[in-house]
Amino acid sequence: MRGVLNTFLRMHTPGQWLGFGAVAAFLLGVLPALNAAVPAGTALHLPDYLVPLFGKFLCFALIAVAMDLIWGYAGILSLGHGVFFAAGGYAMGMHLMRSIGKEGVYRSELPDFMVFLDWKELPWFWRPFDSLPFTMAAIVLVPAIIAFAFGWFAFRSRIRGVYFSIITQALTFALMLLFFRNDTGFGGNNGLTDFKRLAGWPLSHPLTKLYLYMGSAAALLSGYLICRFIVKSRLGRVLIAIRDSESRVLFAGYSAAPYKLFAWTVSAVLCGVAGAFYTPQVGIINPSELAPANSIEMAIWVAVGGRGTLVGAAIGALAINGMKSYLTAAYPELWLFALGAVFVLVTMFLPTGLVGLVSRIRTRLRERKVQAVRPAKADAPAAVEGAAP
Amino acid sequence: MSTSSSAVSPSAAPAKLVEKLTRKDDTETRIARMGHSMLWVDNISVSFDGFKAINNLNLVLMPGELRCIIGPNGAGKTTMMDIITGKTRPDSGYVYMDGARIELTRLTEPQIARLGIGRKFQRPTVFEQLTTFENLELACKGPRNVFRVLSATLDGEQKDRIDAVLKTIGLSEHRELRSGLLSHGQKQWLEIGMLLVQDPKVMLVDEPVAGMTPVEIERTTELLLSLAGARTVVVVEHDMEFVRKLAVNRTVTVLHEGSILAEGSMDEVQNNPEVVRVYLGAH
Repeated sequence: MRGVLNTFLRMHTPGQWLGFGAVAAFLLGVLPALNAAVPAGTALHLPDYLVPLFGKFLCFALIAVAMDLIWGYAGILSLGHGVFFAAGGYAMGMHLMRSIGKEGVYRSELPDFMVFLDWKELPWFWRPFDSLPFTMAAIVLVPAIIAFAFGWFAFRSRIRGVYFSIITQALTFALMLLFFRNDTGFGGNNGLTDFKRLAGWPLSHPLTKLYLYMGSAAALLSGYLICRFIVKSRLGRVLIAIRDSESRVLFAGYSAAPYKLFAWTVSAVLCGVAGAFYTPQVGIINPSELAPANSIEMAIWVAVGGRGTLVGAAIGALAINGMKSYLTAAYPELWLFALGAVFVLVTMFLPTGLVGLVSRIRTRLRERKVQAVRPAKADAPAAVEGAAP
Repeated sequence: MSTSSSAVSPSAAPAKLVEKLTRKDDTETRIARMGHSMLWVDNISVSFDGFKAINNLNLVLMPGELRCIIGPNGAGKTTMMDIITGKTRPDSGYVYMDGARIELTRLTEPQIARLGIGRKFQRPTVFEQLTTFENLELACKGPRNVFRVLSATLDGEQKDRIDAVLKTIGLSEHRELRSGLLSHGQKQWLEIGMLLVQDPKVMLVDEPVAGMTPVEIERTTELLLSLAGARTVVVVEHDMEFVRKLAVNRTVTVLHEGSILAEGSMDEVQNNPEVVRVYLGAH
């Protein structure tokens, strides 16, 4: 137990802890205060409509952090993380549907889409979602079970690399087709929507929105801490070792499969939690979340931000989605081109992502300082460097 | 070692052993030898797409023995190591460990590694993104279970051990260096160091001096010689000069086309007409 606490405290340098604290204070203190405490109409006020948007961004950042845990550290590229996101999102959505009560369009006990489909009673798998505690458990357990079952077979069969990625992509596509069907029982292609309240709180109320935003922020921060703890522990180093040379790890006495399975399942659970916060803030969950393109976009967030850094992944998700929000409003036809261009440019010129760029600039500046101190010595290698290409 | 012994099922070993022991052509001394052996490769054969890489190979290694295995390219040296370490499953035959108490051919690579068989690859394979110290930390004898590894920290004894090994392999000042930045020879050393902290009973070392400078070869020779006695060391090597130094008063095994061509002292082996034919005739 002391070992765990020690590893936890040492996973950040004091400076990094300070930085983490500052970000946490900004997300959980400053932004909510700007919305709730600063009067509307003043320059510093954060308008209510932006709160769920920020909340959504933070959910995406959590997905990116979860993706980075398995891609950046264990070298497993998932192109099907939409599955886990949707699992959490639908679990929450089912509870929200049941919380509507008789206020739906048809004034029925049943969710609207069931009335529309002429169903007479609630399917058995909907029933337990009346309970909020059950729903919360399902948000964690459903993605965990899917990920564990899938990973169990995939990792034990030593499916790796691009084959694994393709299978995950196929998985999300198959589930999308399944969820599009009305008979599957999750609202078909309309999905679940028209939510009214959560735990008695009306979703339209600004304070509910603020709390949901703060919940998303807390989920992102704790998700980050969990991932950081894992990658800074010896287990994290085993994951890196598996990424770099799986066979060597085996001969050191570690079975690779349980390690991958662990990281994979944790990643899936965090994605599910992100989905659960996403649904009430966006007000809808539908099978388009399972579209292969969505899962690929998640990988792009991580690649743009910088793999194997966790923070970079979150920054990548925020940057890309900020850009998306702006472009899809201002120049809707340009968005996909812009996304493609960013991805190509980052892959070509910033293989280490935005975070890598920052650290590269930092080293460059340090080198320049060294050059300034010893100009005579620095000249020679510079000339060689220039001649080499 | 409690974890490692529980990881192994009793498997076919006893029954097979009984069969072995009751076989008529076995002499008393041979039986005794098997019973005390550290590693016993028993009639192994494996073929890939019809090509017999290993053909009825028999090999007995005693505790503390240092054995050099030489042979021309394609003799099956690396395949033999693959079979012992569980990477390749043989078509027939068995590999017994520790006085023939444990049978290895049905176990996975990590299980065999945990039983105490360490391996150094021909091409140095270290975890390039980790530091020298972290490489040794991962290799260090200790928990291999996911949840225990999650909270694992090094105790003082293990740290001292790693520091001692760092000194032995001459990488103390590169302790915090990313191991991908080490030179080829240093990576070879680091991998040997990873074997040392793993503390195996049997060390399989594949071409340890490939790409090393004469000084480095000298030091590797000393190191390997110092290890023998405490553990069983198997060195597969091309470099005859190096083997000659290692094999003073020891047995050398010549492998050819997947089986043993000759076994004996270096002089005996070198004067064996078959060996001369295989080595010189091939060129």
